[in-house]
Amino acid sequence: MSTHTSVHYQGFHPASAPDFAPVPQMRKLQLDRLNYVVTRAYENVSLFQARLNSRALRPDDIRMLEDIRKLPFTTKADLRDTYPFGLFASKMPEVVRLHASSGTTGKPIVVAYTSEDVGVWTNAMVRCFASCGVNQGDVVQNAYGYGLFTGGLGAHYGAEAIGATVIPISGGNTDRQIMVMKDFCVTAICCTPSYFVHLLERAMELDVDVHSLPLRVGIFGAEPWSESMRRFIESHSSIRAYDIYGLSEIVGPGVGIECSHQNGLHILEDHFYPEIINPETGEPLEEGMEGELVLTTLSKHAMPMIRYRTRDITSLIPEPCPCGRTLRRIRRIARRSDDMIIIRGVNVFASQIEAALLAVEGTLPHYQIILTRSKGLDEMEIQVEVTPDVFSDKIGSMEALNRNLVYALEQALGLRVAIRLVEPRAIQRSEGKAKRVIDRRNMDQ
Amino acid sequence: MKIHQLSLFLENKPGRILEPCRLLAAAAIDMCTLTLADTERFGILRMIVSDWEKALSVLQAAGFVVNTVEVVAVEVPDHPGGLSQILEAFQDTDINIEYMYAFPSERGKKAVLIFRFDKPDSAIERLKASGIRVVESDQVYNRIRE
Repeated sequence: MSTHTSVHYQGFHPASAPDFAPVPQMRKLQLDRLNYVVTRAYENVSLFQARLNSRALRPDDIRMLEDIRKLPFTTKADLRDTYPFGLFASKMPEVVRLHASSGTTGKPIVVAYTSEDVGVWTNAMVRCFASCGVNQGDVVQNAYGYGLFTGGLGAHYGAEAIGATVIPISGGNTDRQIMVMKDFCVTAICCTPSYFVHLLERAMELDVDVHSLPLRVGIFGAEPWSESMRRFIESHSSIRAYDIYGLSEIVGPGVGIECSHQNGLHILEDHFYPEIINPETGEPLEEGMEGELVLTTLSKHAMPMIRYRTRDITSLIPEPCPCGRTLRRIRRIARRSDDMIIIRGVNVFASQIEAALLAVEGTLPHYQIILTRSKGLDEMEIQVEVTPDVFSDKIGSMEALNRNLVYALEQALGLRVAIRLVEPRAIQRSEGKAKRVIDRRNMDQ
Repeated sequence: MKIHQLSLFLENKPGRILEPCRLLAAAAIDMCTLTLADTERFGILRMIVSDWEKALSVLQAAGFVVNTVEVVAVEVPDHPGGLSQILEAFQDTDINIEYMYAFPSERGKKAVLIFRFDKPDSAIERLKASGIRVVESDQVYNRIRE
């Protein structure tokens, strides 16, 4: 199988990538690569071998792409159980890079890359940048964190390979980010959407007019965000805001990317094979139906992931994209099955709350959800920062704003929740993923 | 003549009012008068200061949500019936008083009333037509110093 480390991407045009390959050609490539990766995992990963043996399956039972359904799923628990290196298919000397996810509970999960894998990742990121119109000549401010988190280095390698000028500023130090954005004539920025909103807000305070800067592209990922958030960002700056999808377990950022149509994310399916399953039964769902995204890495060596359950809820879009890419699209990830808040028996996602809040005119996407328990009953309070756009000197207008927010949420969630208007900056800003939910239910019992 | 009033959003928590006062003191801005409208969860601090533009930039730079609205100041003799004489000027008009507050001037002999009208321009015309004197903005500041 081909590797990409020696490929030069300067002057890269997406038409040269498999993005536009005829579908039968893509399916054949996928099947070849699936056979390779299943064999590799079977021969080198004992957990995978044992699972296949217990099903009386052999790698050569995979004769067509649909046979992937015979294979067992891989879950986050498998990564934890085999911590740190149990799912590696390469010997340590071949591994050139380790990343790890911040484990919110217990041990982190560790992911490995051979030099070919770094090449695969770079290839994916190059195509992502190209899809957002970023190329040689662009100045890319990479405000994803550099370190164990995959975001920083993933975006860095891709942007550099495509020939852009990369500013490896990493996350944090907001005033310096704004200075660099202005003084270095930045044209594209990579960070989390919530951090970009914070940058916009700080720029306003510093009297920097973001509209007048050459900045024209934002590539935002690492946390779910809504269409309303995109509208907010695009109207408060002169950029086009693109959603990028990825997860460390698969490769990092670069699994999927929006194109100029901003309507769903193209999965780079020559590297990452997508399926949608019913999260409860594990059964595959028909194209177009909403369920859990399952991904299989087709090109990675050090850590092949076979049918990895992402816990991200989305659907495959059956229609072809007008951009001409034949890569299938997923709808933007609105929620993760493990991000669900169950409150008084009702399932609620932070993204639903965000969309409802932003639907009320003038509100800013700075909010936090506080869960408490009082006399055995779950309580949800949503703190929303007051902005100059919505502030009035009249108590009546402020109470009306409060009522409108409660009403918008009740319509969206089917649940009456309390709103608390708070002062600007009352909610702590994050330089990476925003902390939207504070769950104090166990503490209050 | 209209006067700029600053309004500030505050959470209803102990100590919240101290910070804006400190900031204005540090910038040598005099607070002529203020009033706090509060609900269970939040409050709105409304004030008239010696230099509203400077106060606005000081408070905004500190991250407060501040807005400015134009209010109308009227001086009345501090005796029974002083206020009702003014209110009568708005009988049978569609001018609405959103809120109002008062402070004494000339060592208690007179009172300055601050009105937030929904239609400040029509309100001023009406007051003048009724022979009621509207206080100019520099005079409001002076009234408090007298």
